Amino acid sequence: MMELLQTVHQMGEGLLGAAWLPVWTAVKILAIVLPIMGGVAYYTLAERKVLGFMQVRPGPNRVGYWGLLQPVADGIKLLLKEFIIPSGANKFLFLAAPVMALTPALAAWAVIPFFEGGALANVNAGLLFLLAMTSLGVYGIIIAGWASNSKYAFLGALRSAAQIVSYELAMGFALVCVLLAAQSMNMGEIVEHQQSNYGLFGWYWIPLFPMFVVYFLAGVAETNRAPFDLAEDESAIVAGFHTEYSGMGFALFFLAEYANMILIAALTVVFFLGGYLNPFHGWGALGELTDQVPGLFWMLAKMSIFLFLFLWLRATFPRYRYDQLMRLGWKVFIPLTLIWVVVVAAWMQTSLWVW
Amino acid sequence: MNVETILFYFFAASVVFSALRVITARNPLHSVMFLVLAFVSSAGIWMLLEAEFLAIALVLVYVGAVMVLFLFVVMMLDINIEKLRKDFLQWLPAGALLATLIVVQMTWVLGDKSNSAGMTAVKHAADYSNTKELGRLIYTDYVYPFELAAVLLLVAMVAAIALTFRRRRDSKRQDVSWQVNVKRNDRVRIISMPATKKNEASGADEAHAAD
Repeated sequence: MMELLQTVHQMGEGLLGAAWLPVWTAVKILAIVLPIMGGVAYYTLAERKVLGFMQVRPGPNRVGYWGLLQPVADGIKLLLKEFIIPSGANKFLFLAAPVMALTPALAAWAVIPFFEGGALANVNAGLLFLLAMTSLGVYGIIIAGWASNSKYAFLGALRSAAQIVSYELAMGFALVCVLLAAQSMNMGEIVEHQQSNYGLFGWYWIPLFPMFVVYFLAGVAETNRAPFDLAEDESAIVAGFHTEYSGMGFALFFLAEYANMILIAALTVVFFLGGYLNPFHGWGALGELTDQVPGLFWMLAKMSIFLFLFLWLRATFPRYRYDQLMRLGWKVFIPLTLIWVVVVAAWMQTSLWVW
Repeated sequence: MNVETILFYFFAASVVFSALRVITARNPLHSVMFLVLAFVSSAGIWMLLEAEFLAIALVLVYVGAVMVLFLFVVMMLDINIEKLRKDFLQWLPAGALLATLIVVQMTWVLGDKSNSAGMTAVKHAADYSNTKELGRLIYTDYVYPFELAAVLLLVAMVAAIALTFRRRRDSKRQDVSWQVNVKRNDRVRIISMPATKKNEASGADEAHAAD
């Protein structure tokens, strides 16, 4: 895979000279963003199908075979719908909010390694960059709620902002454990550091198991998904911060939410499940056979576990009450992560640390 | 002019423009958004100085957390803009004096030609990590000042909580561990009643219907 990319890169450099770098970067960005957009579209279909099967009904099955064209139909519908700007809304911020929600959700993908050396930007402080990008996503929501000039949207925005700021702390401390263990903030190095001859037992999900759970659950809360979807609590505040949005404005929020979910799945895999590493590496003949499988496959396979988990949680659990949500974040997750930082730091000084 | 110089002037212009708009914007929410833009632009300038850790930390801490809380407060306040702007001219001289003082100090420090040798930007190798370098300095050479700063922040945090925390008597707070530990027997009592005879019950019903 890398050799092929190298040949293309060298050919282009010979052809275009200095102008090649922006073109090549744009091609790489498209190669990341387009599959994400396609993934988002079909993830919505998967969500409706999975929820359907869990509730013993077929789910969407009318547009195309097995409903496979349903996302296309939904997309066309949202594109053609009228975009209504409510009276008394702050027009500029109302229009800017969906963009502010989607931009960081896509920008964060720049540092994710999809296969060995396969990240758009090999940033030294990649983990920090990710935290910064995920924390910027809240602006879209909070601005949307304020600019809509609607009580429901405003309440939704306040809930969402408080929730995201609270859970970001737990997420940050969980990642402190990861960077302690990997001794690096570079995403590629974090993955490489989990490589061992024990396959999946060499990954960080074992020594950092509580952080693994906390990180994923905080990720569910951070993306405002069930059972933590208080920001768009239909039974209480209509649709929360995007109550007043129609057509493409709503679609952009939708895209941002799903892109964020896929991002959280990818991050959990990179930090705790060895990213693109082969889970059977070093297991005799099985390990040698599966080493032939490209890393991208392992990455996507592991991501789909967490993507399914998102849907499973949504189908299984009732919604949290807001004070319970805050308690879980501040009184359970944050103390747990703080303690585990100390435990890992002490553990690493002993000979018992084998990761 | 190379790309870096162009980028520097772009970010610098953006910082100056957004800083001006922070104090001139009519809507306080717009002021906050311009302050966010100012932070992001200065992060861009730090990035040009190869201080990527500081740049990202600035975005993470100030833009991602502090300004969100700012926005939170400003959004919920009912601000009378006319009243706020009334005293603008009255306080202008004081503000201008302070601003001039800051500008003079900055030019004094930064414009010192005798020091300029130490200030030319040194380009680092590709494997130079600003994060690692910063960590090494903070935890070795400057460990005591760093710990002191941390303690100072902790004291400030404890003080802020102690000053604003008050336990309300009328608050209906819940004890979650008590709620979770509730057993069925605490809530529901199952009593056994002797069954009534069928014809007796239906007879009563008929009598009721006849009324």
